[in-house]
Amino acid sequence: MTRATGPDSVLVIVPAFNEEGAIAGVVGSIRREMPGVPVLVIDDCSKDGTLNLARAAGAEILALPHHLGLGGCVQAGYKLAHELGFEYVIRVDGDGQHDARDIPRILERLKSSGCEMVIGSRFVMENGSRAGVLRSLGIRFFRAVLRPILGQPVHDPTSGFVGVNRRALAVFSRSFPLEYPEIEALVVLQRRRFRFEEVPVKMHPRVTGRSSITAAKSLYYIFHVLLGVFVNVLKYDRRQRRGPSRASDGGKGG
Amino acid sequence: MDRLLNVTTVLSVLLLVMVLVSVRRAHIRVEYSVSWLLACAVMLILSRARPVLEFVTAHTGIPDTPLTLFLTAGSVFLIMFFRFSIIISHLRDDNIALAQRVAILEYHIRSLQGNEN
Repeated sequence: MTRATGPDSVLVIVPAFNEEGAIAGVVGSIRREMPGVPVLVIDDCSKDGTLNLARAAGAEILALPHHLGLGGCVQAGYKLAHELGFEYVIRVDGDGQHDARDIPRILERLKSSGCEMVIGSRFVMENGSRAGVLRSLGIRFFRAVLRPILGQPVHDPTSGFVGVNRRALAVFSRSFPLEYPEIEALVVLQRRRFRFEEVPVKMHPRVTGRSSITAAKSLYYIFHVLLGVFVNVLKYDRRQRRGPSRASDGGKGG
Repeated sequence: MDRLLNVTTVLSVLLLVMVLVSVRRAHIRVEYSVSWLLACAVMLILSRARPVLEFVTAHTGIPDTPLTLFLTAGSVFLIMFFRFSIIISHLRDDNIALAQRVAILEYHIRSLQGNEN
């Protein structure tokens, strides 16, 4: 059984759904870069060989009984990590876009800064990786929306390459957005006065499969995320007015 | 107008019978049938008690009596859909939490079995 060992225990979680083309490489690269660090693949009820390939590559498996979507899948990993007592959790996507060589940098910043969350960002450096046109437009739009809410700029709010410490883990294991979680998760943290930082990372083109956010879904994505952001803002503002003791209460994922 | 009221009466009774049969066969749980039965009852009363329908029309400023009937029906069903959306949202939250718990428990069981072997 993978148990947290020591005060600086780290777990790498990899949410995966039908990623048989990439998962073995992702797990292998993480294990090469982070020897001795357990890798937990959360299989969101894949219909292909993701689960077996991940296990063969040396990952521990958390197999969901049916498809929950990205938020539910990631939250399951956070819940288990919290139960097992891990201090730091790094989330790496299972599609091969994230470079495992960046994990030590995220972890180091997480430990040294005392921030609750560190985001691996494509856009911190001017010559950082580029996203597609639609995604770039969406990211610019959300940067502008989030700036006044978060009180600090965020360059890559849609990045799924993140590290969290135990305080954030406690919050996320109780309350985590279920669909398109990255942006809403930032607001959930900020409303609790938690801090985040960004570190530059490289992102590769997806190895196999396709992004869940297609051009047709982009409008729905923007509407859904905007609604989620404002609901979170209103929810926590109301709790703050009621009293500080309630502001730390958890809620259900939304 | 009378023909329209007869049609809505027949539709209301049909819906009422369908709901009761579904409850009897346990296709709908009793607590979720209450909304449907209430909706059927409202439609039936408005269809058969014309003075009530005309009273509502006069006091709401709706220009047409049949329009009152359809607006009432629409409102009742909108409220029901809203209620069902709340129920579905709760069920989805519970379902996700349960699925996560099952996965975590299975992980613990496999780990314990692995330790025993």
